Amino acid sequence: MNLATAANENLADISNVLIYSAMAVYTLAFLAHIAEWVFGSRSRVARTAAALTEPAAAAGSGSAPVTVRTGGKGGGAAVAERPRVVTRSVTGARDVPDGPGAAGDDEQGDLYGRIAVSLTVLAFLVHAGGVVARALSVERAPWGNMYEFSTTFSAVAVGAYLVLLASGKPVRWIGLPLVTTVLLDLGLAVTVLYTASDQLVPALHSYWLWIHVSCAIISGAVFYLGAVGTLLYLFRDRYEAKLAVPQGPQPGAFASSVLERLPSAASLDKFAYRINAVIFPLWTFTIIAGAIWAEAAWGRYWGWDPKEVWSFITWVAYACYLHARATAGWKGRKAAYLALIAFACFLFNYYGVNIFITGKHSYAGV
Amino acid sequence: MTKVETEERGLGEAGAQLSTAPSDSLHAPALGVIGWARWFWRQLTSMRVALLLLFLLSLASVPGSLVPQTAVDATKVDAFKAKHETLAPIYDSLQLFDVYSSVWFSAIYILLFVSLIGCIVPRSWQFIGQLRGRPPAAPRRLDRLPAHTTWRTRAEPGQVLEAAQRVMRRRRFRSRISGDAVAAEKGYLREAGNLVFHVALIVMLVAFAVGQLWKSEGGKLIVDGDGFSNTLTQYDDFKSGALFDQEDLAPFGFTLHGFDASYERGGPQKGTPRVFRAHVKSWEGADGTERRSTIEVNRPLDIAGDRVYLIGHGYAPVITVKDGQGDIAYQGAVPFLPQDGNLSSVGVVKVPDYRDGNGKKEQLGFQGRFMPTFALDRVRGPHSSFPALDYPVLAVNAFHGDLGVDSGVPQNVYQLETRNMKQFKDADGDLFRKFLRPGETVKLPGGAGSLRLDGVKTWASFQVSHQPAKGLALGGAVAALAGLSASLFIQRRRVWVRAVRGKDGTTAVEIAGLGRSESTKLPEELADLAVELQPDAPALPSPEDGASGDTAESAESAVTAESAEGEGARA
Ligand code: HEM
Repeated sequence: MNLATAANENLADISNVLIYSAMAVYTLAFLAHIAEWVFGSRSRVARTAAALTEPAAAAGSGSAPVTVRTGGKGGGAAVAERPRVVTRSVTGARDVPDGPGAAGDDEQGDLYGRIAVSLTVLAFLVHAGGVVARALSVERAPWGNMYEFSTTFSAVAVGAYLVLLASGKPVRWIGLPLVTTVLLDLGLAVTVLYTASDQLVPALHSYWLWIHVSCAIISGAVFYLGAVGTLLYLFRDRYEAKLAVPQGPQPGAFASSVLERLPSAASLDKFAYRINAVIFPLWTFTIIAGAIWAEAAWGRYWGWDPKEVWSFITWVAYACYLHARATAGWKGRKAAYLALIAFACFLFNYYGVNIFITGKHSYAGV
Repeated sequence: MTKVETEERGLGEAGAQLSTAPSDSLHAPALGVIGWARWFWRQLTSMRVALLLLFLLSLASVPGSLVPQTAVDATKVDAFKAKHETLAPIYDSLQLFDVYSSVWFSAIYILLFVSLIGCIVPRSWQFIGQLRGRPPAAPRRLDRLPAHTTWRTRAEPGQVLEAAQRVMRRRRFRSRISGDAVAAEKGYLREAGNLVFHVALIVMLVAFAVGQLWKSEGGKLIVDGDGFSNTLTQYDDFKSGALFDQEDLAPFGFTLHGFDASYERGGPQKGTPRVFRAHVKSWEGADGTERRSTIEVNRPLDIAGDRVYLIGHGYAPVITVKDGQGDIAYQGAVPFLPQDGNLSSVGVVKVPDYRDGNGKKEQLGFQGRFMPTFALDRVRGPHSSFPALDYPVLAVNAFHGDLGVDSGVPQNVYQLETRNMKQFKDADGDLFRKFLRPGETVKLPGGAGSLRLDGVKTWASFQVSHQPAKGLALGGAVAALAGLSASLFIQRRRVWVRAVRGKDGTTAVEIAGLGRSESTKLPEELADLAVELQPDAPALPSPEDGASGDTAESAESAVTAESAEGEGARA
């Protein structure tokens, strides 16, 4: 064994230590989020119920004034004067304010929420360090097998979440589900999927690996955030629907406590749509890049290999979702189910096809 | 946004056609054949049916990934058929081994594309109409729109409208003054992008079809030093599309001059290939000057519009067989087929022209097993422990008799038909089997001749692909991507600014906007517009300033531009 490989094995060990450390910090972030939710449950908000059951007054005006942000850029007096723009929602939609977030109005809950976000930032940095160390140890893109794919995938998902937070989007409500699934993903990666760091077979020596696989990972990670939004939309929508009919069955105490703190169904739906719509072109590009690579490596740009088939199915399923959003009678819950099916297809393409179906794409060392 | 929705809001013409999406109706058709035909066509080109067909398409693709496909791997299909005797005929009749060319799969995508064309054409006309037309006039009540703001000013209504139009133009809105309001619209590229995207889908489908019909793909194994020219007879195997004509084979060829292969030497991945590189000299066209190049995995050779891919490689022992008279009966490199990752390979040598020690005519056959790095252990017996030529050994079994090559039935060159052959036995009566290193010779029993392993050459196998219209497919894909991005990222919206003199002599300015329900930027944009209008229409203090929980009604009377200090959590 020469010096270089020894150095590389050192790096690989460092990478493993970093991934385990990230998992430890994510666990702390998870606990902090739990504390946030628990403390938040002390504050009773019930704004949703009020908005939904208040008689016609609300329906008549149907408007929630939005105070628009000041430009902030110049900070000068010129932009300080902003008119108030009154918005009203689409006819037929419920007009419900967003929930206050996991912490509710509880200060202690909010403190824990902030701690959780800080810990998530720390964990993300350690996690990303682990991915980079892995890349350095193998001197290539760290996406040669499922272990590397999984660790990068969750790092990107957390990164995307932090970017949203940093750009001022009120998305702290994703924190708990995200950290939970990241822990699951990393746990799976270090136990079942672990592969010692190694080189790639010649077929994977290509700059298209960087392009195609990085786009696939980013698309998947962002689609994941969209799927979380969609799932929560479905719960929240059901909750609002129940509240809107006070005579009918009402949501339980626990469900109320959790769901009333989430953004309104309309906001969640919009969030999920935007996330999916923004990343769909990247997923399209991923498939095109894959086809170009396949043409260079295998002599055909499309050959209905299982991985290609499932990428196609995923793509068509998301196209279906986008269509549904533009089709009368298919908006809302039905479209949301399509979005979840589409994400399930993405997941199957990743886990299912790699593990159960052999094709040209099967990665080594599953 | 559908027509129904906008009409509900009482916006009429102003709210219509923010998208060219067809509106769906399930109303029963008018009587008569034409009525039914029109009804059917309307259904087929509706969004609902498009959605259904898209969903069916993804559903129909699934079995192709679960059941082996003839077009992808025919041997797997055969293996599957052998294993599932009852299931296979059922699958066969359902075309499950050829999903992507099956009747039902084709039916779905053909319907989808008919629907697409039937949808695209009217939408394009409609869109051109919208481009030619002017932004629709302001609806009567602007406060009914999804975003609305208002203030009072001392400026003249006419002045305000002129200023508003200036601002709109600066912001690249199409605008016009109609009556007491400016009507403006922006974001037409969204619709254009959407149309481009759908047209590009058609282009891609056409490119795919052309590619399928006119493609050709052939395989050729070449031993180091040998050559190939692109004619049908030279191929080992050849597949082509239904409309391919062999005259279409491009004139070119190449010779193989060396093959580099390197493998991981240590660690857990020992033996994993690292580099495969074929050095070739190629020629093109009639005059054919030679050009040196290399072909690697992922780096095909582009030649005469075709591409040559490196597919595999292996070893070809160079063998000389002498007959019982001492004459050379066979000489040459014999490609052996690799059996495992360490390139343990098998092959046969057929010697049809041979005389034994007594001068009698007969035929010889050898079955060989070649191990580039010979190793021996109790469990696996003789095998290869590394794919490179570290310690090459050839093991042979020798047969004599009738090869069966004269019967006219085509034979596999990698298999020996031993039905009419007898295996040589050595002096003790055991079956004759020998191991040779390069340069060594073995004598066949009873003076029947000899076999010498002169050396070992490498071979490489190539795939020559001719895939027409792939440029078109790529162009379509790029256009689709661009159109899709425009369609998803650009917001189409309408903005109206109305200025009317009120009873108190001041002018009430109202700004309202209509976008698609997904857009949230609209309120901000309206606020920006209002700020930009301030120099020309300075706001008067509002009598109700500071009142919270505004309703549309109160907003109508007067709301002054207010400082937005308490930045909303809903930003
Ligand atoms: C070949 C299959 C098709 C695919 C893959 C496909 C895909 C898509 C995608 C991804 C979008 C989203 C882009 C956007 O929102 O602007 C979209 C939008 C749209 N598609 Fe398709 N489509 C197909 C067929 C059709 C057909 C047959 C129709 C007509 C019935 C149609 C009409 C539309 C319309 C009107 C929109 C825009 C909706 C809106 O305004 O938001 N598409 N399509």
